Amino acid sequence: MEATMENTRTTGTADVAWDHDDFQTVGTPGHDDPRMTAGNVDVFYGEKQAIMNVSIDIGANEVVSFIGPSGCGKSTFLRCLNRMNDTIDICRVGGSIMLDGQDIYDPSIDVVPLRARVGMVFQKPNPFPKSIYDNVAYGPRIHGLVDSKAELDEVVEQSLTRAGLWDEAKDRLDQPGTGLSGGQQQRLCIARAIAVSPEVILMDEPCSALDPIATARIEELIHDLSSQFTIVIVTHSMQQAARVSDRTAYFHLGRLVEVGPTKQIFTSPQHSLTQDYITGRFG
Amino acid sequence: MPTNLVLLVLLALAVTYFVLGRRAILSQGQRASGIRSMHSLPHYYGVWAGVAALLPALVLMVLWIGLEDSILRALVASYFPAERPENFIEDVFFTQIKNVAQGNVVGTPPEWVMQAAGAWAGFERSSQNLMSAAVLGTCAVLGFFAYKQVGLEFRARNAVENVIMAVLVACSIVAILTTVGIVFSVLFESIKFFGMVSPMEFFFGLDWIPKANFGENADSGESAYGAIPLFAGTALISAIALIVAVPTGLFSAIFLSEYAGPRLRAIVKPLMEILAGIPTVVYGFFAALTVAPLFKDLFASVGMSASSESALAAGVVMGVMIIPFVSSLSDDVINAVPQSLRDAAYGLGSTKSEAIRQVILPAALPGIVGAILLAVSRAVGETMIVVMAAGLAANLTANPLEAVTTVTSQIVTILKGDQSFNSPMTLSAFALALTLITVTLALNVLAIRIVKKYREQYD
Ligand SMILES: Nc1ncnc2c1ncn2[C@@H]1O[C@H](COP(=O)(O)OP(=O)(O)OP(=O)(O)O)[C@@H](O)[C@H]1O
Ligand SMILES: [Mg+2]
Repeated sequence: MEATMENTRTTGTADVAWDHDDFQTVGTPGHDDPRMTAGNVDVFYGEKQAIMNVSIDIGANEVVSFIGPSGCGKSTFLRCLNRMNDTIDICRVGGSIMLDGQDIYDPSIDVVPLRARVGMVFQKPNPFPKSIYDNVAYGPRIHGLVDSKAELDEVVEQSLTRAGLWDEAKDRLDQPGTGLSGGQQQRLCIARAIAVSPEVILMDEPCSALDPIATARIEELIHDLSSQFTIVIVTHSMQQAARVSDRTAYFHLGRLVEVGPTKQIFTSPQHSLTQDYITGRFG
Repeated sequence: MPTNLVLLVLLALAVTYFVLGRRAILSQGQRASGIRSMHSLPHYYGVWAGVAALLPALVLMVLWIGLEDSILRALVASYFPAERPENFIEDVFFTQIKNVAQGNVVGTPPEWVMQAAGAWAGFERSSQNLMSAAVLGTCAVLGFFAYKQVGLEFRARNAVENVIMAVLVACSIVAILTTVGIVFSVLFESIKFFGMVSPMEFFFGLDWIPKANFGENADSGESAYGAIPLFAGTALISAIALIVAVPTGLFSAIFLSEYAGPRLRAIVKPLMEILAGIPTVVYGFFAALTVAPLFKDLFASVGMSASSESALAAGVVMGVMIIPFVSSLSDDVINAVPQSLRDAAYGLGSTKSEAIRQVILPAALPGIVGAILLAVSRAVGETMIVVMAAGLAANLTANPLEAVTTVTSQIVTILKGDQSFNSPMTLSAFALALTLITVTLALNVLAIRIVKKYREQYD
């Protein structure tokens, strides 16, 4: 096991940027008030290493965006944060990931409540083929978060309001969620995720299937939600990263190259790879 | 010339035309600027000439052989005595005439049969000669015309393409016509049956007592053709089969698609599909010799009497037989539920069974219903197991421990002995078959529509 890890690591580092194993992330991966802390995370798909030795803190109530060229491991790393990678048989995760000081990969941790605490919104809107109401009520119901129908109604209304969908959906709560437009569906998925009151929300390219107006609404929404939730967002749009996030992390070929305050990353990146990427030289 | 010799000569001619056609274009090409000056590759010209010689002649031959018998019958019919004796059945005499014409004289046939047989033999000989001439003539003439067409400008490639399409279309037409033919022959015989027995009696009568009325086999007593006991028996056995097959098949499909790892799946799935490959007659004797006695003893030990041929035994074994249908189709529809829905459910913190119950199964439900309907139509049409294990008594009962009979097993029973083709008993088999075809067809159409609608939803 140890041998194969060494092995893949050396083959994975064929890139000129780092011929040595002691690559250090530049910038400020740490945070004063961390909600989640990832330390030396490695991820393997079978023999292939997709994430190499990544360490980063996600601060409480901050919005962190992950950027980087396609295939560099942004989604893979994001999915480690709520153990969605468990559903992929060949995926193995090494290193430690803490949520409020507790290792989420510890054998004593139950992944079901963990995923209620760290929610997820996916790239493609994926409402259940149920009514709008049932979509939002799904989480509270399975986790037993409400005592009565009245309370559930309230949670549904609150979540839809927060997701900016209430006005459009309040007259059609019993109609299928799949009948909404793409942008509405994505807001429904966000409402569904916040209905279980998670501490952290992970979003994997939540706007990539949406038009500019729907995108603007979601970005506004992220902004509003950041007062209450910690948000990690993967995006391919650097403007979006610049607009919504407090800090930005740049990934390259499985490495976390640079982390820093968003403004600084986009105005004065320290690493040449980051600079090449944001100036559009590749990616 | 005997038919197989005609066929050989035909093939030889076609090959000759192929060679000729190819050679002609090659020599023309040589005189021009080689292969580039031809519209198509050389072998297309050969194929065109060969096919033009072969196919029409072959079709003519098949038609001739198919129609020969009825034409000969019409010609020989004049030899039949003017006054037909009672119970005169033409088919019987035609068979006799043919036998005599071939030299198999059994007993002493009447004088007119001998004469008719002589005429038959004569007609047959001249028909054979005519056919040989016509077929080989067609072949030679059409082949020659096609050969004459060969030239640098002739679009042999397109012509061959059209021939291929025509052959494909013809094959599918044959398949469709056969189906239509079967349905219509069943339909017409059923109409004949309903001329003798009223549809009211057939569809609503409670007694099924078919009686033969032909020759030495004639049974005495009244017959009755109320098919309700057969429908009820079919329904009972199918219901038992579904009770066995639906939960088992569905749950194993869920296990395979959601819980089993890829390695286990690669072993278990083919194993389950082997079940579908076992011949039904094997299930039949398994039901009759192993399961039925087992049930009999089992129920005897709790003080209930089970007949040694019971609906239960047949139904349970039939259920085992259709498990693979349910499981493999359900597995397909469950797998067709998009991964994004699973991700959504797990991302919200569902356990595996919560995700399955609340998201995956509801999404796959229409497809699963379709799978079950297909299994039902399979169960309704299944014959061997019920013939061997369910008994033949047309009891109208809901008790699974008694012997019952089904539509299919009655069809077998009715048609397996010597039968006259016009008795209500024989014709009743066609009415049963028609009912069966209608029901399974309706089930299949419904199932296919449901499955299709469901597919569209996620594509
Ligand atoms: N299920 C999987 N099985 C095997 N390899 C995988 C799997 N998922 C991702 N990978 C590999 O891991 C690497 C990182 O993939 P990942 O999806 O995390 O990239 P990404 O940065 O999110 O890319 P994109 O911007 O295109 O979404 C890629 O090389 C990919 O091929
Ligand atoms: Mg991705």
